[in-house]
Amino acid sequence: MSAKPKVGFYWCASCGGCEEAVVDLAEGVLDVVAAVDIVLWPVAMDFKRSDVEGMADKSMTVCFINGAVRTSEQEEMVRMLRKKAQFVISFGSCANSGGIPGLANQFSKETILKFVYEDCPGVDNSARTRPQTRMKDEGDRSLHLPVFRDMVRSLDQVIDVDYYLPGCPPTPKLIMGGVQALLSGKLPAKGTVLSPDVALCDECPRKDSKPTDLALTEFKRPHLAPIDPEKCILAQGFLCMGPATRSGCEALCVKGNMPCSGCFGPTSKVRDQGAKLVSCLAGSIAAKETPEIDKVLSGIPDPVGSFYRYGLPKSMLKRRIDN
Amino acid sequence: MKSASNGSGPKIGFYICHCGTNIAGTIDVEAVREHAAKLPGVAVSKGYKYMCSDPGQEMIAQDIRAQGLERLVVAACSPNLHEETFRKAAAKGGLNPFFFQMVNIREHASWVHEDKAAATQKAEDQVRAAIHRVRFHKALEKKRVPVHPDVMVVGGGIAGIHAALTAANAGKKVILVEREATIGGHMALFDKTFPTLDCSACILTPKMSAVKGHPNITLWAYSEVTKVEGYVGNFKVTVKRKPRYVKEDLCVGCDACIDACVFKEAKFPDEFNQGLSKRKPVYLSFPQATPKVVTIDPKTCIQLKTGKCKMTCAAACDRKAIDFGQKEESKEVPVGAIILTTGFDAFDPKRHEYYGYGRYPNVYSALEVERLVNASGPTGGDVVLRDGRRPEAIGIIHCVGSRDEHTNKWCSRVCCMYSLKLAHLLKERTGAQVYNFYIDMRTPGKTFEEFYDRLLKEGVQFVRGRVAEVNDWAMTREEEGRLVIRVEDTLAGFVRRIPVDMVVLSQGLEARKDALDVRRIFNIGCGSDGFFQERHPKLAPVSTFADGIFIAGACQGPKDIPDTVAQAGAAAAEALALVDAGHVEMEPNTSRVVEEECSGCKSCVPLCPYSAITFDEAKKKASINEILCKGCGVCAAACPSGSIRQNLFEDDEIFGEIEGVLS
Amino acid sequence: MTHHDKKGAGRFEPRIVAFFCNWCTYTAADLAGVSRLKYAPNTRVIRVMCSGRVDPQFVLDAFSRGADGVLLGGCHPGDCHYAEGNYKTLRRMRLLERMLKDMGVSDGRFRLEWISGAEGEKVKTVVNDMVAKVRALGPLDLPGKFKDWDSELEGLARSVHASSKEAAHVR
Repeated sequence: MSAKPKVGFYWCASCGGCEEAVVDLAEGVLDVVAAVDIVLWPVAMDFKRSDVEGMADKSMTVCFINGAVRTSEQEEMVRMLRKKAQFVISFGSCANSGGIPGLANQFSKETILKFVYEDCPGVDNSARTRPQTRMKDEGDRSLHLPVFRDMVRSLDQVIDVDYYLPGCPPTPKLIMGGVQALLSGKLPAKGTVLSPDVALCDECPRKDSKPTDLALTEFKRPHLAPIDPEKCILAQGFLCMGPATRSGCEALCVKGNMPCSGCFGPTSKVRDQGAKLVSCLAGSIAAKETPEIDKVLSGIPDPVGSFYRYGLPKSMLKRRIDN
Repeated sequence: MKSASNGSGPKIGFYICHCGTNIAGTIDVEAVREHAAKLPGVAVSKGYKYMCSDPGQEMIAQDIRAQGLERLVVAACSPNLHEETFRKAAAKGGLNPFFFQMVNIREHASWVHEDKAAATQKAEDQVRAAIHRVRFHKALEKKRVPVHPDVMVVGGGIAGIHAALTAANAGKKVILVEREATIGGHMALFDKTFPTLDCSACILTPKMSAVKGHPNITLWAYSEVTKVEGYVGNFKVTVKRKPRYVKEDLCVGCDACIDACVFKEAKFPDEFNQGLSKRKPVYLSFPQATPKVVTIDPKTCIQLKTGKCKMTCAAACDRKAIDFGQKEESKEVPVGAIILTTGFDAFDPKRHEYYGYGRYPNVYSALEVERLVNASGPTGGDVVLRDGRRPEAIGIIHCVGSRDEHTNKWCSRVCCMYSLKLAHLLKERTGAQVYNFYIDMRTPGKTFEEFYDRLLKEGVQFVRGRVAEVNDWAMTREEEGRLVIRVEDTLAGFVRRIPVDMVVLSQGLEARKDALDVRRIFNIGCGSDGFFQERHPKLAPVSTFADGIFIAGACQGPKDIPDTVAQAGAAAAEALALVDAGHVEMEPNTSRVVEEECSGCKSCVPLCPYSAITFDEAKKKASINEILCKGCGVCAAACPSGSIRQNLFEDDEIFGEIEGVLS
Repeated sequence: MTHHDKKGAGRFEPRIVAFFCNWCTYTAADLAGVSRLKYAPNTRVIRVMCSGRVDPQFVLDAFSRGADGVLLGGCHPGDCHYAEGNYKTLRRMRLLERMLKDMGVSDGRFRLEWISGAEGEKVKTVVNDMVAKVRALGPLDLPGKFKDWDSELEGLARSVHASSKEAAHVR
């Protein structure tokens, strides 16, 4: 066996974009591959559960896990990987804070299953069949399916996490930075998010165009109004999460003329990203009377979906509480 | 008693005050003490009868030294009362005074709850919150800021005059701002003052001229404060100086212009005489008006209204003092302290329709009668009714707009006494039969009861009962052509009809109609009665919640001249203490930007009402001017990356409190 | 924490965290005390200088740590000791209220009230009214709910810890 560090990649409830991000390292990936042994990467190579089971505890140097945790299978795998790996790195928004799958925490499990298997346009399921967790086939072999949990969880709500790589997905630069830190052994304090602890405006190319007397009179939505490619997007009345979002992405969305939607999560001084941006944005509204205030705020039709786009499970309330 | 800290973190000393039985009578203080003793970090947990007493404070200071306490929590009364006391006790023990948190278990618990178990539970929860929070406290220092030595007095009635003179005599420069054309206020309207019956003008006008002649006083009459910026010791006040259309420095008040006015006859109601006489568009309120400068009323002056007057007044003035081109001026002055003496409004008796004021000409307001009996009043002190008759019977109705559920609930304090005074004067001048209709006779001042006694002996009639109605519906020959007062005589026990020729309505005192606007300008509070709110009714009676702004006289609540003058002196003393100290200590609860965490998003900049936050274009970060910051914390709440901290109210401290209160 | 037995055992006693601004509502609560008004003992007051210091995070944190209701008291519009802090509060809380509703926190559990320093009586009526309404809504008990929600994790936490060989699927 080589003495190279053993690395694993695993995915849970995610879109696969985080896996793409690893590939996006481009030629850099070759350096990584040369420096390490990849012992687990289901998206690229064939691995069985038994392979993981067979690993000795702490035999893996580091395991990068992306995706939120929704099913019993995901939960079981991450618990196993925690045992097998010396370091677990929560990789990307879904693992860090629930991500887009985390928005499902606005709905009950029953609402979701009913929609998906009965009410969704295009579904033909007059018998209202729902997936079962256990079944026997003709050969009388029993088959188990994972349980769909009541809610979506971030990785650290299930297992202990050592470091976080933020982003939807993390940028190649941050990934390389993280990998190099691990390989060189120059590790920051446990629990660190491997990205600058300052909000996005710091590195936003439109920073100078933001006025110091912002008084919002309306909120516009990016698909309904043109965005001036030079000026601060928030100052134009579009909801931009940049002021409440950790930097490190180099303002990719803004450079693509779209507002920041908050995928890097909050800075370390903020406990609830959505609440904090509510505080900041609503404070800057010009209106003083309740009806006018409400009129301005009606430009944000879905506050939860807007302010917690990537982080509902890690918000203070975690999920809709009457579900 | 615990002697060692149980748990990590700073060593905390906890003290619970029994406040005699004020707290201990409702809250199980021993249970709270025991509860606190078990909390992590608490090294000392003690109770004492009166924590605020010298032995209580000494106990704290000694424990800090002997036990090496690093944090202090005291559960007692409101921090608005004794926070400073315990901060000082901490400092005495060698602890930074801001390593202290106070828990209010008296005003917010023992005094407002009857269920002892629940009140004790609440006290424990709040104590836990403070103990959780205090761990996060940081050592802070009060900033010393120099104080501007000048004082502004707003309102030139007897309160303002006395306050201005007191401060000026102490060598301070004083700016006295008065809204009307002359100082003097309500006192200038009176003929005599109770209970001594000394002549109002004789005691007031010397003080008015002293103001005018005082080298330290700048008098700005016919002026109003429009804006107050800054903070204690360093206010910047904007004063609007309304145009009189007369150059103050040239006019000597000789009356030549008034005589020369194109209006040969005075035809406009004279405000000073309560409309009982007429004046011309160019007028002097009264002979002793200070400053003795005429004023031209733009609402009635033909030149100012139409620009088409012969301007005989201007021609008559050999000093060329009349200036129709005069414009409103706005002046900005720096002062260190402000004394508000804006006075009161008399209750408008029209609001009591059943007393017939405004409907029956012979129903008078007390202020009208003050002018009527005044030797320099519209009739030269001769009490003649509007119809030219002399009254043979007069009824004085007390409590008009006082002690009344429908209008003002409060007792106006002065009406009984001024009604007695007017009864005396009216009887003296007319020989009429004078009745007083009262609910209770309130004569608690020095020699007040003796004055009441004197009137009883003078034969003034007193009927105890609230008057139901004044009308002119005669039921007997005797009542014909007269006013009838219908009243239940509660001493005699029957309803009476008393015919009189003149009715005097003893108006109560109210807050000024614009008190709400004024208090907003000065950022002070009003009570539910509309009068300005003192900081503490007993211990800080002339202070307000805005440091450096003091109140005196009837703007704070109804009061008579002696009390007003006493309060004005007290306010002047407070202002002097402030400006003489040369500096003020600022509460350190200001906010600050942690530069390395700031992203420069500029969200905070427009939120600051004091423009204390600026954006440093070189560093691309926000920055807070500590001197301008007043410590509201609105920026700390808004900072989307949590990079602004408000001292004493940091996120960790408040989160700690939430955690503690609910754990 | 040991809790005293509540009067009328069995009756739900809501815990209401009250953020009061120093200059108006806190002073009004002091006045209620000085006036010896009696009101429900369910509030737990946290003093801030201005209602504008109240970060929506504080409201959510209070709920998540077990508050059944959160009351926020500030100066009347136009009367803020800091000129305009209460307008910022109003704007924030209008948006927060919508969000709370979307997250299933019933109307009535969060309340914003303007109470001036002279309105001791209003402290009493507002607190009594809110306590009655929250009592009718029943406990919110988010810490209990969080525990309850996480009970679905107990099984695997135990079995994986014991390196269970129970079959499942790996994709």
